[in-house]
Amino acid sequence: MRYAMAIDTKKCVGCSDCVVACQIENNVPIGYCRDWIVEVITGTYPNLSMELRSERCNHCSNAPCVRCCPTTASHITGGGIVLVDEKNCIGCKACIASCPYDARFIHPEGHIDKCTFCNHRVEKGEDPACAAVCPTKCIYFGDIDDPNSRISRLIKTRKWKTLIPEAGTEPNIYYLI
Amino acid sequence: MIEELIISGRNNPEIDPHLHIWGWEIPLYLFIGGLVAGILFFSALYTILGKENKYITAVKWLPISTPILIGIGLLALLFDLSHVLYSWQLFTNIRWESPMSWGAWTLLIMTPLSAIWAVSWFPDIFPKLDFKYDWLKIGLKRVISIRIYLAWSLIVLSVVLGIYTGILLSAFNARPFWNTAIMGPLFLTSGLSAGAATTIIFSKNHAEKLNFAKIDLGLIIIELFFIIHLFMGHLAGTQVHIEAAKLFLGGPYTTSFWIFVVVLGLAIPAFLEALELRKYKIPSFISAVLVILGGLILRFIVVDAGQASRWLY
Repeated sequence: MRYAMAIDTKKCVGCSDCVVACQIENNVPIGYCRDWIVEVITGTYPNLSMELRSERCNHCSNAPCVRCCPTTASHITGGGIVLVDEKNCIGCKACIASCPYDARFIHPEGHIDKCTFCNHRVEKGEDPACAAVCPTKCIYFGDIDDPNSRISRLIKTRKWKTLIPEAGTEPNIYYLI
Repeated sequence: MIEELIISGRNNPEIDPHLHIWGWEIPLYLFIGGLVAGILFFSALYTILGKENKYITAVKWLPISTPILIGIGLLALLFDLSHVLYSWQLFTNIRWESPMSWGAWTLLIMTPLSAIWAVSWFPDIFPKLDFKYDWLKIGLKRVISIRIYLAWSLIVLSVVLGIYTGILLSAFNARPFWNTAIMGPLFLTSGLSAGAATTIIFSKNHAEKLNFAKIDLGLIIIELFFIIHLFMGHLAGTQVHIEAAKLFLGGPYTTSFWIFVVVLGLAIPAFLEALELRKYKIPSFISAVLVILGGLILRFIVVDAGQASRWLY
């Protein structure tokens, strides 16, 4: 089983509902975010195109943050979800330096914090908060190892990209383009 | 021309607009690691070569400073940890994939070893010192009898420590400026050079000063060669590596790096040491102090620039 997320950039309107839902669901400290919206405008006026992306930790299969952690605080749990164990984290920040997506931050309490794919919800069979609240339903979450899951079918039928695949991290967030 | 404008809604403290997670603590820690590696390397080397009475400062005196220096370095590291009460967990795990882990273990072994090494020379440098307890005297005799084995292990460990200070950074693929295999050898050479320069400052023996000036000159030339290769490698690399090199070739680090590290920290000391070896009378501490300051500034600039370099997407 490998959890993955597919985000339809054609449906995303950049409303930031996913950001707010995550902050409330996970009690993210004020001024911080575990997911965020990126707006990319390409071209020269008047020939412009815009892509909107809801970004977060890519829960990489070859996660550099897990490899460089000196205490095993950063670890991969069931379904390939990358987590930080607060009680093992010494706050050395090596994992932050190792992440090409800058998806981690220092929690005001000192440990490192990041997206958990809402592991506490996923364990109960629910979608992560960001996927659950999206008003355009552009965030798909599921088991990519199951060929019949919705996300697997989307990856098979739609054009997609991942972010910085050349960094060798094998990210598990797919952007449908 | 196609233009691309990326607007990110993220504004996490210390992450945006660009990474700034490591301030003065990590560069100081890396510099001290290199300096300790340099001092212990030469001390062990000249013991193995049987020249401990020829180069007394390097072999017998300077190692006294190393446990204290390691202590200061570890203190700097502790200051940097944001979850410091949990820091003992560094030593309940051994993770070979993590340079931070094996560096911490190397330092843990180096601390008592450097102290034992320094104390083993006490009978030579403090002949009137009397150890009150018999078990101390017996212990000391035992240590002196295995000194050659200690020297060999210190040589290996000091090279590991010196290289580690660079590999800690080069292992981060996410920071293109650091991500080059030359970082380890560069920091090792710089550390050895700082060790040689410290000997020049504290030695009162002219022959010892000259010997270490010669060694330091060689190390500086190697270091310059590594710096040239660092930029050649980056410029021949991918776009992100080219952008990283540009930080130093016209970018914000150009003046500080080329003036303080390359000119004042390497080229001028090399010139002064070359003159000294040609028997010109030049106060040797000038070049030595410049080398040490250059090494310190190198760590600060490299740690800062690495955090400013990133993948483009």
